[in-house]
Amino acid sequence: MSIAPSPLATEHASKAPQESHGLTLSQFLSTYVFSKDHKVIGIQFLFSTLVWFLVGGLLALAVRWQVAWPWSDVPVLGKLFAQEGGQMSPEFYTMLFTMHATVMIFLVIIPILAGAFGNFLIPLMIGADDMAFPTLNMLSYWFMWPAFIAFGASFFVEGGAASGGWTSYPPLSTNVAASPGSGWGQTLWLVGLTFVGVSSMLGSVNYMTTIILMRAPGMTMFRLPMTIWAMFITAVLQAFALPVLTAAGFMQLADRTLGTGFFSPEGLIVNNATPGAGGGQPLLWQHLFWFYSHPAVYIMILPAMGMVSDILTCFARKPLFGYRPMVYSIAGIAGLGFIVWGHHMFMSGMNPALGITFMVSTMMIALPSAVKTFNWLGTVWGGRIHFTTAMLFALAFVSMFIIGGLSGIFMAATPVDIFIHDTYFIVAHFHYVLFAGTAMGVWAGIYYWFPKMFGRTMNEFWGKVHFFLTFIFMNGTFFTMHILGAVGFPRRLADAYHYETFHHLQPMNAFMTWCAIGMVATQAIFAANFFWSMFRGPIAGRNPWNANTLEWTAPSPPGHGNFDFQPVVHRGPYEYSVPGADKDHLMQTDPPNAAAAAAALVAH
Amino acid sequence: MNRRIWGMAWAILFLAVPVLGVATFAVAPAINVWLPKDVSIHGRDIDSLFYFILALTGVVFIATEMVLFWFLWKYDAAAGERRATYIHGSHTLEVVWTIIPAATLLFLAIYQMNAWADVKMRRPDMPPTVEVVARQFEWRLRYPGRDGVLGTQDDLHLVNDLQLPVDEDILVQLKSMDVLHSFFLPNLRIKQDAVPGMRIPVWFKSTETGSYDIVCAELCGWGHYKMKGRITFVPRSEFDRWLERKYAEQEATRPAGDASGNLAAR
Repeated sequence: MSIAPSPLATEHASKAPQESHGLTLSQFLSTYVFSKDHKVIGIQFLFSTLVWFLVGGLLALAVRWQVAWPWSDVPVLGKLFAQEGGQMSPEFYTMLFTMHATVMIFLVIIPILAGAFGNFLIPLMIGADDMAFPTLNMLSYWFMWPAFIAFGASFFVEGGAASGGWTSYPPLSTNVAASPGSGWGQTLWLVGLTFVGVSSMLGSVNYMTTIILMRAPGMTMFRLPMTIWAMFITAVLQAFALPVLTAAGFMQLADRTLGTGFFSPEGLIVNNATPGAGGGQPLLWQHLFWFYSHPAVYIMILPAMGMVSDILTCFARKPLFGYRPMVYSIAGIAGLGFIVWGHHMFMSGMNPALGITFMVSTMMIALPSAVKTFNWLGTVWGGRIHFTTAMLFALAFVSMFIIGGLSGIFMAATPVDIFIHDTYFIVAHFHYVLFAGTAMGVWAGIYYWFPKMFGRTMNEFWGKVHFFLTFIFMNGTFFTMHILGAVGFPRRLADAYHYETFHHLQPMNAFMTWCAIGMVATQAIFAANFFWSMFRGPIAGRNPWNANTLEWTAPSPPGHGNFDFQPVVHRGPYEYSVPGADKDHLMQTDPPNAAAAAAALVAH
Repeated sequence: MNRRIWGMAWAILFLAVPVLGVATFAVAPAINVWLPKDVSIHGRDIDSLFYFILALTGVVFIATEMVLFWFLWKYDAAAGERRATYIHGSHTLEVVWTIIPAATLLFLAIYQMNAWADVKMRRPDMPPTVEVVARQFEWRLRYPGRDGVLGTQDDLHLVNDLQLPVDEDILVQLKSMDVLHSFFLPNLRIKQDAVPGMRIPVWFKSTETGSYDIVCAELCGWGHYKMKGRITFVPRSEFDRWLERKYAEQEATRPAGDASGNLAAR
């Protein structure tokens, strides 16, 4: 952790590999591959997760294909997998949706938020030269690779990849006789999950330490940007929830390989195979799994909420409405997040009286989310809105999060959940939160911080085309799922049209699949814009958006050690449009300003 | 193009969210893509709660999305040379928009407890009408037979074809032989996971005769999609006749040695 040399020197250093042969192989490896620089690690996370985003998206398309046109030949992929002459088999379909969810959750959303944005932004936004533990940080990325390999390789083992759903409920997942994917595929799945957990844990410890100890002079906790608050609370959530999942994963691994029976009752006969050890309880896994995976739902959205708050303020040229309530509501979501896991289990056979307590806590967790939404609206109110691509994605996050948040109330209401549990209603709900919510936040973040990452801005025109098409196709795909859910259309069925209740829903599903195809195709525009702008985009300069937070005082891209001066913080992150100030933004490092200080007193 | 027109266009895109959202929910029931017909007693409470929440969330959805649209329309930077309002929040507003949703949510939580208790906690005091044992990928049914007691030699065994008397309390004893399944009756607003090692009671009462789907709603393996059964409600007299006929069929196909064994066991 050394203070950077001048930005000129670092820029020279970063161009060194092409210009001279002065850099030895080991230097090259330690600078660009096994780098301990948080920015390089963040960008490594970004590229890896974007690649997996594509994989997960293609898996989703294959799932949608089967739902819309069951047992018809799959174009392109059908030849590759050659199942029954181009058709997919039902066990292949169960594998597809299992791995779609697994890839999207464990290899995309969690690592792109905490790994890519957390890594890149935390030291820059708090004014530190790097993370507290650079080596741990490097390991947190490289521990993802065994997971990439385990999940990736599991497609090619006998029986295929895991196919017990991303929730891996035993006994289906523990019993090899129950499902072809419950063989090697499931073992590799558990191995992969463990490594993702290790990576998250290393990151989590690092983020907490860095944010607590390494803030620049003057950067009090209540001057932190919302992105950092969200990353901090996410790190706390991970630290407390992950050990439970890791332990549960080891227990399931033991059930599968050592012959223990944590999750299998006595005398279980699956598919006429001989019963293994008994004495366990399948519901135990569900409790342990959701004790992690419910907080994980917030791990998958809180950082996006933080980033969106920062982007909204910047392009509304207005202070964040209700900074402290925003912080408290994130903390409230995190706290309540630990006592709502049972709402995934209302129909599981868990004591229905316990269901009532989980119902009440679940209803109450809607409250901090509502407070956040109202404050975002308050932030936009009276602003001077600039419709940049980043802003449009951030606004889409708010608009879509309203839908995802409200639809959650249906499932939280236990009597209604009896009907809509495990139907497309829940599929609609979590896609509105995680895709229409988090993914919009991620794109907002990419368009917004791209200049800081690569020194160039992305093309705005093509960015808006990308936004518009994604927004339209996304709603076409996911909004209609609410209606399917109202009919009771169950999720995870390879073909539901032989049921009298659901036979008339095929045209609707076909429409959704066309929208999904359009949505994935649209991402080609994003990919082209991303790579073109990386090399050919207009040079950004330090602060292309006239934003306030510390990262915009550093060079773009920042050299090793980040800042070419010691940042000293004089105010909060959202001092936009301060009356009496000569420009419409006052950066956190700008020297104290008498007029602004007086205005701030009145405005509070 | 003019920046103001672009701003208006973006605002209208966000206006499309509530407009098309409401339209979708208005059109769906009209083209009969909506809640399936409910034939149960308790289903009314569930459906009315569904509509109540739909109305409540619908109002909040329309209001917040319209506010967002209006702010985007009005506060576009291209709409005029004004400075953004410098304000950090409002204590009063925070209190208002915390208390009102909190009270609403708490009311909703308490309001629905009774419906939940009716379906899942207030079990009728009676012996099981039928035992349903889920298995990859079928519903195995066991009726108590002539003695009215489950687990005796005269039990009637059937698969996937669940017939029950209409207008009577039904108590199902739900079990699983292998993995998790879920006993889903869309037309009766019933769903309950079947868990190996557990015996879970499920009760309902149909008010109409007719035949409906039994769907498996918890992933149970490759054949999950085809784990289909039928539930048929008939008048009591017809049900008794059906039971007799099925029982006679079972007796006729039972091997002779087995039948004598039965006698000995009694």
